[in-house]
Amino acid sequence: MSMNWNRKDLLGLRELSPEEINFILETADAFKQVGTREIKKVPALRGKTMVNFFVEPSTRTRTSFELAAHRLSADVINISATTSSLTKGETLKDTARNLEALHADILVLRHSSAGAPQFLAQRLKSSVINAGDGAHEHPTQGLLDIYTIRERRGKVDKLHIVIVGDILFSRVARSNIFGLTKLGARVTLVGPSTLVPREFEKLGVTVSYKIDDVLPTADVVNLLRIQHERQRKEYFPGIGEYTTLFGLTKERAKLLKPDCLVMHPGPINRGVEIDSEVADGLQSVILDQVTNGLAVRMAVLYLCGGIAT
Amino acid sequence: MKDTEQNPGVPIMDAEAIRRALRRIAHEIIEQNADLRSVVLAGIPLRGVEIARRLAELIREVAKIDIETGTIDVAMHRDDVGTRAELPVVHASKLPLPLEHRTVIIVDDVLFTGRTARAAMDAISSFGRPARVQLAALVDRGHRELPINADYVGKNLPTATREQIQVRLQIVDNEPDAVWLFKE
Repeated sequence: MSMNWNRKDLLGLRELSPEEINFILETADAFKQVGTREIKKVPALRGKTMVNFFVEPSTRTRTSFELAAHRLSADVINISATTSSLTKGETLKDTARNLEALHADILVLRHSSAGAPQFLAQRLKSSVINAGDGAHEHPTQGLLDIYTIRERRGKVDKLHIVIVGDILFSRVARSNIFGLTKLGARVTLVGPSTLVPREFEKLGVTVSYKIDDVLPTADVVNLLRIQHERQRKEYFPGIGEYTTLFGLTKERAKLLKPDCLVMHPGPINRGVEIDSEVADGLQSVILDQVTNGLAVRMAVLYLCGGIAT
Repeated sequence: MKDTEQNPGVPIMDAEAIRRALRRIAHEIIEQNADLRSVVLAGIPLRGVEIARRLAELIREVAKIDIETGTIDVAMHRDDVGTRAELPVVHASKLPLPLEHRTVIIVDDVLFTGRTARAAMDAISSFGRPARVQLAALVDRGHRELPINADYVGKNLPTATREQIQVRLQIVDNEPDAVWLFKE
């Protein structure tokens, strides 16, 4: 743990080195402990201002960042798409420049366009943290998934991680793929062929269309949420058909090794990608992911927001 | 200590001197704490943790009592984040809980401005409200910037502000136990 962090922004896991990823996870270990104290707050970012700028709706990621900032004693402003001037025709850059004029030190951005955080990071002095950009990356979700795996299994290297669902449109899947492969995990992607194209194998992962073949060797199954609201008909079978082919049903869960972890980034669709019995079962670490998300986001805010600019 | 040719370090304490200083501190802790069992030695990473471990061992030899040790991270309680080129690495704090009715002794290698000790007190108070908080340091080099004094000091060492004090401990640094002074 002797490395010197020197990034003001966290845009994705693709550009991070394995050492940088491990450094964030070790820093998160220290911040996770803060959550067990009587006073769950440290002055690390006292006097700094964080802006939660969510152009796409999100409750859990936004509140997780918000609570993380509060626990670091930073001040927080929340701006959502409907309340921002974006609806009045202001460009993203102008909105961001206005935020900077308010001396926002850290900008947490959720945006429907891939690359929006990078666009702003290059133009602003503030730290920019990507909280999900289009189908590109969601680095803090990837980090908290990896943190949870590492916490439960003691390592990531050589583990077999199966990610199930709509990989094509999933930023969560991409961040997981980049981070997990860098740390030496074996990753298999499973889902309908329309949503899991073979091209993903270029990223150093395996693609499979038969979930029952891969579950018996899985150390972790990460089920992505089926986003009905943005699912296009031509890509997607019916919900019932999806559950039959790819859902982690009670019966299918019997194929899992006893120590296999079941993960889900939430919010879960009970009965669609996962049965209630499995989501609430002993192998599920879904709520650990939520707790760990807070520690990981504290670490990211501390590292990116704490460096001298 | 691997010293540079232009700026060789001056040895201030060797392994034996450090051992004697810690033994004396251990005796003072025993004398000043009637209820030794309520004492917690809270080391500041990295070297304070090792010194706390050694003090606990010495106290066990003398008083035949196992006293609890812990780790108190100060990095996330510092008041200069964002102003220093290098961000301090944070460590997980670990203290026996609850702290109520206990005496927490903060243990560090060098006492200088007092800002680290202040951050440690701040950190401790986020865990609870100990009956007493005390401070032990292997070396007190002066130049306090806050109204803070150590209860137990291994060696008082008058220094110039520009000088540097470095403590080396075998387990932490993989170098023989020693305290070095570097003149600017």
